Amino acid sequence: MAARDGTDRAPEAASDDDVALYRDMLLIRRFEEKAGQLYGMGLIAGFCHLYIGQEAVVTGIEAAARPGDQRITSYRGHGHMLAAGMDPAALMAELLGRETGVSRGRGGSMHMFGREAGFWGGHGIVGAQVPIGAGVALAQKQQGRHAVTFVYFGDAAADQGQVAETYRMAEMLRLPVLFVIENNSFAAGVAGAAARSSLLDRARAYGLPVQSVDGMDVRAVREAARDAVLHARAGKGPVALEARTYRYRGHSMADPAKYRTRDEAARVRAARDPIDGLRRVLLEAGLATEDDLRRIDREVKDVVSAAADAARAAPEPAAETLHAHVVAEG
Amino acid sequence: MATEIRMPALSPAMEEGRLSRWFVAEGDAVEPGDVIAEIETDKATLEFEAVAAGRLDRILVPEGGDPVKVDTPIALLVPANDATRPAATAAESAAPAPAPVTRPRPRGARAAAIPEPGWPAGAHLSPLIVREALRDALTEEMRRDESVFVIGEEVGMAEGPYRVTQGLLDAFGAARVIDTPVTEAAFAGIGVGAAFAGQRPVVEFMNLSFALQAMDQIVNSAAFTHYMSGGEIACPIVFRGPNGAAGRVGAQHAMCFAAWFAHIPGLRVVYPYAASDAKGLLKAAIRDPNPVIFLENERLYGKSFEVPALDDHVVAFGRARIWRSGGDVTLASYGPAMAATLEAAEALADDGIEAEVIDLRTLRPLDVDTVAQSVTRTHRLVTVEEGWPQGGIGAHLAAEVTRAAFDWLDAPVASVTGADVPMPYAETLERAALPCAEDVIAAVRQVRYR
Repeated sequence: MAARDGTDRAPEAASDDDVALYRDMLLIRRFEEKAGQLYGMGLIAGFCHLYIGQEAVVTGIEAAARPGDQRITSYRGHGHMLAAGMDPAALMAELLGRETGVSRGRGGSMHMFGREAGFWGGHGIVGAQVPIGAGVALAQKQQGRHAVTFVYFGDAAADQGQVAETYRMAEMLRLPVLFVIENNSFAAGVAGAAARSSLLDRARAYGLPVQSVDGMDVRAVREAARDAVLHARAGKGPVALEARTYRYRGHSMADPAKYRTRDEAARVRAARDPIDGLRRVLLEAGLATEDDLRRIDREVKDVVSAAADAARAAPEPAAETLHAHVVAEG
Repeated sequence: MATEIRMPALSPAMEEGRLSRWFVAEGDAVEPGDVIAEIETDKATLEFEAVAAGRLDRILVPEGGDPVKVDTPIALLVPANDATRPAATAAESAAPAPAPVTRPRPRGARAAAIPEPGWPAGAHLSPLIVREALRDALTEEMRRDESVFVIGEEVGMAEGPYRVTQGLLDAFGAARVIDTPVTEAAFAGIGVGAAFAGQRPVVEFMNLSFALQAMDQIVNSAAFTHYMSGGEIACPIVFRGPNGAAGRVGAQHAMCFAAWFAHIPGLRVVYPYAASDAKGLLKAAIRDPNPVIFLENERLYGKSFEVPALDDHVVAFGRARIWRSGGDVTLASYGPAMAATLEAAEALADDGIEAEVIDLRTLRPLDVDTVAQSVTRTHRLVTVEEGWPQGGIGAHLAAEVTRAAFDWLDAPVASVTGADVPMPYAETLERAALPCAEDVIAAVRQVRYR
């Protein structure tokens, strides 16, 4: 597979599946907006990294997944869990530190897992999920499954040494991995530092086929992901896919985002917003009416509100359970 | 005049070597740098070069025989022009094969002195060195459970930097015995991911000091995930390799990590001394649903112990082993420090002082009860370890036993530890940095006030 840019392709005809993409992206957007509100109210604490602006990446990639495929990501993982089909109420409860949370209140925003959804975290150490994801892929291979593992990380994590080590190992072992580099243009506290090598040059140096795609166009991401997944599922080894995207909010809720102006974020939002973009496609292709989209918006809002209400009403873990789950029994 | 060529020490912990092949015959001229022999150690097969010019006068140790101790004369070299005596024929000169080398029994390991052998009475015992006990444990567990695999540097083709994985690649193939590049963080993390997803990886570090490169994966990922996920994700993985002082390797390959890892909730930490425990605890480690740090020591790999011939010898975590009973003082130790501890107990017995010697074996969970129980009989405790004093296992045990058995103690607990310095290279300094039997005896006299 040669390096190329997914945006160079002729646009695919819109289809009914695209309405589902719209709903999936909107769910992430509204969930994250709600998380931001609850954080502001003091109901969510600690570090909370929102995915707003990047919704097309995970939604497009997951549209290329088959049942049984696996995924892992960083601390900016709410969108990935929703895209993998995890219950928004269990996620919201975890953000609020409740016993009904997906990690029973022991993990918080950065440390959530969903075995059934094939979601292996939720990792708070930048880049650490990359070798772990390769290990999940190794397990699939050893167990004789034809699953692909999606390993998501950001442009800043790509600088970590263990990412380079993992490219080397994954290529050597021909692991069925799709490395998804979510280039959101900003590391924590700084604008993307100019590097002499591009993110993909580094993966290519380890022998991986690479591809770059407009991460604000969910349909382009889906198409690029389908090609890459075919390659990995055929046993030809790992692939690296860069999705060029844009993070609207700070690195975390605590980031004042001094590295860009408000105007810049607003300009990107007006011109490239992934949800608005797909909305225009759906309307022009006649796949949905304004009413249809309003109905979807209402449904999504209801799901998110119900999740938040349930989380606020749920009990916090009892102090007596402090020592539970330190070690696995059996 | 003839000079002796002696069996060289080709690695830090080498004690003996086997002359697998001579490349020169008696009467041959040799130049410095000529490869004259091939020597097989328990770690590797290496070529041996002449250091001086001359003529090989006599071969004292023929090829293919039993191993001989380091420093044993293996050949005689005379000046090239020395014609004072003709070269003997090989038949005449074949030196009698050296007496079979018998490894000294570990002192204090007499069967009669072990009150709790830890296996069924009447089990057949046979001698086995630690590295082979570890290899047997890996082999048995890989046969038993196909989700077990081994990953690390030189574990496959090279059969292990210390030959612990000898024979595994042939037996199980490259899909389950995975050679890695020098990528500690990646292969540790790959092990963690595979363990999350249902495999049982055994990750080998060529040296535990290299695990520092992978500490993030061991602690943040392996140890914490079960808790962070509210019990959703277990991480059944073993991280193993040689730990602590090896012999003249300097600070960066000689650190003891026992206390470091034992500090971390979510990890199990094991440091066996005897071959039977190495085998039984490694099997338990592979079956445990938690991440296990399995510490080995280069000086112990070649040491022989009695191992029970059982189909499935598994040693449970959290139980110390009493090596000898005595009523005068309790000595609690673990890992390679057990050697000095047992030696001290033997010497003390000659002076009429009966020490109870306890091998802690697992450091997390730590069997404080067995030590506290012993102290209720002996009223005195000395801890012995090779790690550093501050925040050490001995310090922790002293605090726990003081709390549990304060009324029975007749003296403050004494701790014998490695010196509080990075491990030095020079022989004199290294010897001074590691606890020896004399240090243990001095500590016993201190807690006995005489």
